[in-house]
Amino acid sequence: MTKEQIKDTILKIIAQIIPDEDLSNLKGDIPIREQVDLDSMDFLDIIMELRKRYGIEVPEDDYIHLATLDSSVAYLEPRMKEL
Amino acid sequence: MVAKKPNETRIVITGVGLTAPNGNNLAEFRKSLLAGKPGIQKFNVRYMGEVLAGICHFDPLKYQKKKELRRGTRAGSIAIYCAQEAIADAKLDLACLDKSRIGVYLGITEHGTVETENEIYEIKQFDYDVKYWSHHHNPRVVANNPAGEVTLNMGITGPHYTLGAACAGGNIGLTHGLQMLLLNEVDLALAGGVSECTGSFGIFAGFKSEGALASHPDPDKACRPFDKDRNGVVVSEGGCIFVLERLSDALKRGVKIYGEIAGYAINSDATDFIFPDRERQVGCIKLGLNKAGISPEDIDLINTHGTGTIEGDPVECQAIREVFGEYPHAYINNTKSFIGHAMGAAGALELAGNLPSFEDHIIHPTINLDHLDPECPLNNLVINEPKRIDKVDYILNNSFGMLGINSVVIVKKFEE
Repeated sequence: MTKEQIKDTILKIIAQIIPDEDLSNLKGDIPIREQVDLDSMDFLDIIMELRKRYGIEVPEDDYIHLATLDSSVAYLEPRMKEL
Repeated sequence: MVAKKPNETRIVITGVGLTAPNGNNLAEFRKSLLAGKPGIQKFNVRYMGEVLAGICHFDPLKYQKKKELRRGTRAGSIAIYCAQEAIADAKLDLACLDKSRIGVYLGITEHGTVETENEIYEIKQFDYDVKYWSHHHNPRVVANNPAGEVTLNMGITGPHYTLGAACAGGNIGLTHGLQMLLLNEVDLALAGGVSECTGSFGIFAGFKSEGALASHPDPDKACRPFDKDRNGVVVSEGGCIFVLERLSDALKRGVKIYGEIAGYAINSDATDFIFPDRERQVGCIKLGLNKAGISPEDIDLINTHGTGTIEGDPVECQAIREVFGEYPHAYINNTKSFIGHAMGAAGALELAGNLPSFEDHIIHPTINLDHLDPECPLNNLVINEPKRIDKVDYILNNSFGMLGINSVVIVKKFEE
């Protein structure tokens, strides 16, 4: 996957988890939870979807890397580039 | 003569919110019952394929966001819809109420079966690796979930819980709401019952294994209480929640009063897991009449529990004949013949469907009764066509459940 594809994938997962939110203006460098209504249980849904769809395990200590869209892409890029 | 009680200890119904397979509010539901319009359909269930079921078609997005729907349960969604509709029907503005004085008391037959089956099905795709088990599972399956979702949705901070009472749940939720008002624990009770059981293959398969799951080429003819060709239960989902309040409060608000809860009773067979017991049903009905301070001749309408099982229906008929005599004053009907067995919602839904008879004096019929079973002889059973009578002052609602739980609720036409 390219970085752009990874970003699209993350956005699709988030859209499924918080379908009421408009993600079109989500800024890449601001924490996602500061921009949309996404709580800790929703965040765990993102982790679960990455596990189910792509077999990617995100250790709890690494959750901080998924705070923003840009940091998520940077963190996941080495793990998803071969997909 | 019933001694007059102070208005502060008289509990009345001032709002009704419901969803049934043939109506999403009381007006629609009543219209269907009087028109002989049932609501049973073919329905696909995991592992079983096509079965017959009663499915509700309310709009869950009327009161919930998509995210709430995804996170919560079907029972929670049904409960939220019914509670919101009941509050609106009672002409109450939540913003003006002390939400710490509102209680939510919902009868359930079971809860968590659907969600647990779903999770096991999900991890099956991952060779039963439990790291794929959802973090949403526990809040979805806790027994208070349907009532708790109502409080989350409506910002109610008074007590909330469910009452597990098998298929007597609806009556018992209502009864508990009344008790909490009488104990002054709350000023307003959202009380009734809900069921999401059509989402569980296990509920259908369990009845099938008992030889008690209804089948018929025409889905709408499948639920046939008291008919000699009946062959079991039609499983349905549904919900009905009443707004209960003290008469003194209702009069201050000048709101419509559907009826006054005159009596109730709950007892146990202590005889069998499944099979009902005539003697205890008789005891329960008599206890309800005693609590209401009235005689069998005072009852104008009996809504039977009859589910359409071979074993259960004759027992209830015997109990009714024993209490009300071979030629009762009361007219008798059955609401499950239209909507199937809505389990935890059944008692509340069936009572709601009959409440308008206080005003229109019409008894909706028992449908699908083509050949009355000689084992179920009930004089005054209203069959296939509605019947208009002179007056309806008292309705008695039977609701019984597995493990031998019996319940009766008696509602009186409101008179100051």
